[in-house]
This record gives sequence, structure tokens and C-alpha cells, in this order.
Amino acid sequence: MSDSELLVEEKNIVVPGELLAKGIDFLPGYGSFKEDGEIRSKILGLVKVKEHIISVVPLSGIYIPMKGDGVIGIVSDVQISSWLVDINSPYIGFLPLSEGTEEFIDLTRSDITDYFDVGDVVYVRINKVTKRKDVQLTMKDRMCRKLYGGNIIRITPAKVPRLIGRSGSMIEMIKKKTGCHIIVGQNGLVWIKGEKETLAAKAVLMVERESHTEGLTDRISEMLDKESGKEVIE
Amino acid sequence: MSEGKIIVNGKRPDGRKLDEMREIEARAGVIPRAEGSGYFRLGNTMAVAAVYGPRELHPKHLTDPLKAYVKCRYNMAPFSTTDRVRPGPSRRSTEISKVIKEALKSVIFTEEFPKTGIEIFIEILQADASTRCVGLNAASIALADAGIPMKDLIASCSAGKVDGQIVLDVAGEEDCEGEVDLPVAYIPRKNKLYLLQMDGLITKDEIKQALNLAIKGCKLIYEKQKEALKKKYENFEVSE
Repeated sequence: MSDSELLVEEKNIVVPGELLAKGIDFLPGYGSFKEDGEIRSKILGLVKVKEHIISVVPLSGIYIPMKGDGVIGIVSDVQISSWLVDINSPYIGFLPLSEGTEEFIDLTRSDITDYFDVGDVVYVRINKVTKRKDVQLTMKDRMCRKLYGGNIIRITPAKVPRLIGRSGSMIEMIKKKTGCHIIVGQNGLVWIKGEKETLAAKAVLMVERESHTEGLTDRISEMLDKESGKEVIE
Repeated sequence: MSEGKIIVNGKRPDGRKLDEMREIEARAGVIPRAEGSGYFRLGNTMAVAAVYGPRELHPKHLTDPLKAYVKCRYNMAPFSTTDRVRPGPSRRSTEISKVIKEALKSVIFTEEFPKTGIEIFIEILQADASTRCVGLNAASIALADAGIPMKDLIASCSAGKVDGQIVLDVAGEEDCEGEVDLPVAYIPRKNKLYLLQMDGLITKDEIKQALNLAIKGCKLIYEKQKEALKKKYENFEVSE
């Protein structure tokens, strides 16, 4: 009926302004826009086609908070009845007292730094993001807690989905083979705690570097086996 | 030299034809600590650009609650020309920073990052005419490499009038001795100009001719920019 046409293939690398599809049968998704009936890429990334929605998966970029994301943050300031949390983004996370703890706190008597103080690392969930990008956080979630010890490494937020893998396959493998506790924040911060911290960090950084290549899971698995074997012998 | 012709038998000082570009080299991702970076070389003119952000903007009073603020700094390295360039901002570099900023601002989807600043730093390592064009090309690659949403890549090149003849990509001697220099920034698919400056005297017909020639050059550069960005990920060597 209409002369709609898809001009790219799945997983093609596209640059900003590149033509992805023509006609009314396609809709722009994340990373693409429509202009004069043509769908074009907004960013440098890989094409993803799902039914009639064409989106572009970014290869680089910063973290923009989204509702429901679990992120790792560092408390940057304590106010009278709230905390400000640095979430590795241009926007600061706001954690009000009521969302920070379920206990009753009498502000006239207690000091809220007993709960979280400046410099503490927390795993928090994003509760709300306004249109003007004001970010409200919450700790009222099964996963959310203060993180003690361990190390934090930073990766490009765009590579986080690859690090987690399909239904957590990649991260589960790294956890199993290194025996470390690993928490991945959607904002690109990765918390690692355990004996083989350096090996786990090496694997995470390798995923970041080679995220767009094929057969990565096997290579990571191989590398982890080889490296941990070496440690046993020495 | 002042009495001699620059163009002899249709050949320019560096042996090019009238409508021939200098050698083009483009690369993406040259500065690891920046969010995105680009390198662009046109003959002897080289530029590196780095993009940081979107990040919290300083000074704070520049923040816009509706869109991102684009900051741009064009700078010539002291060793970039035969005479030493005095370090620090000058009238010339402030002007060029502004025109480059205006060109880039019009292609970035600034409304996606309210209250932030996008900072672009362009460093001219070696200057041999058309530095603003080369700087803009490098900045355009750097922005795309940083994952910043853009409507398109901007390509830029210059045309000019030397010895009464219209030439593409003015270089070296032609820039000093030539009559007209006309830098142009252009997006092929929209057929729109994003930067147009000129000095010298030129007729209406000649400017049309020069503009068409510059647009032809921009199309060539646009393809090179695309290639550079794709090459960063395509020719990737995996560990062992």
C-alpha cells in the first residue's frame, strides 16, 4: 500500500543523520528521529529493529537518569531532612528522609548522618524524574542498601546492558568464576567486593572495551579460567 | 614574488588543480579521557577536538532550565604557525569560537539535556589556512563520538579567489597572497549552510561559483567523517 522501506540492517553501525527508513510504516525509537517522513539516526550506535520501531543503541555517552533504574551513588551532601547523592550524571539525586529509611526519626534528637554520611556508597533506585530532570531516589526496595568495603570502577553507561548480558548471563558468569560480590549500577558504576577483585575488574573492563564484538562471553570465560588457573599455580 | 603569479598553467603552488582538495585524514576517539574526541587533517592544517559532557555547567548563571548550553573554545597552539602565537584568547580566536559554537548548536538536540553544559575544546596543532573549517570538522567528529544526539554531522571547507580564479580549499601562500577566502559549513542532505564568512572583494557570479565549489568539497569531507566514526568500531581488534 505505502512505499515504506527499511534501509539498514540490524546491528549496522550508523552515524548521526544517517537515513534508517522511509515511509509511514516505521516509527522512531530511542536514538532516532523523524523528519520529512524519513527516520534518521540521532547518535553513533548500532541499529535495533523491533517490529516497526527503529532505535539506535548508543556506543558511548553519559548517564541520564530514568525512572526505575538501580544506580550506585555516593552521598555528596547531608541536609536537614534529606541527602544529596552523586549518581555519575549531570543531575544530582535527591534522597528525602522518608525514602531513605523506614524507621521513624525524630529530627530534633537524632542526627541523620547516622544513617548515611558524606562519602557513603549506596545502591539506590530512581523513584521519579521530572521533565526538568530533578531526580528523586528511594531506598525502599529489596536490593537497595549501603555498600561497605569493596571497590568501585567506572564504565561507560552505554555498555552496562552488555555487561549484564541477556537475563544477567555475563555478570553471573563473572560473579561465579571470580567468587566476588558484584553490583552493577545502570549509571556505569560497578561495585566489586571479594578476594579476586582485580580479576573481576579486569573482566568488567574487557567487556566495556569489546562490548560490540561477537563471541565476547566465550572470550571472557576463557580469560577468567586462564587467569584464575595461573593464580592457583603461583 | 609580489609581481609573480601564484597559479601557473592551471596548477597551484602545491601542484593541485583548481578544484582539488588537499589530503584528508580523519580519526575518532584520540583522547581517551574525554567523552568524545576527533582528529582532522587537511594537508598541513591539523586540529584535535575534545568534547566533555553534558555535565554540570560552570559558571552556574549560564544554565538554562530548558536546554543544554554549548561552550566552545578554539585555540591555536603557540607552535602552530611560523610566527609564535601568543597564548590565550585573542579577538580572532574568540570570534572563531563563536561562529563554530553557533554552527554546532544548531545541530545538537540541546533540549534533551536541560540544565547542563556541553564543552567543546578545539586545538589547532598546525595551521596552514582554513583552520576554522578543520576545527569544525574535528569538533563534529568529537561530538558524534561522545554520543551526543545530533541532527547531522557538519562538514566544512573553504573556497577562495586567487589570481582572479576560483579555487577550492585555500592553502598556504594562496591564503596570504589570494584575494578572497570563503569558509563554508554545510550539511549535504539539508542543503543548508551553517557557517559562511568572507573577506576580500568578489562579484556576485564569482561567489556563486565559489559556493558551489565549497559545497562540493564539504560533501567529500562529510563522507570522510562518516568513515572515521565507523572505522573506530569496525576495525576493532579483540584481545588475542
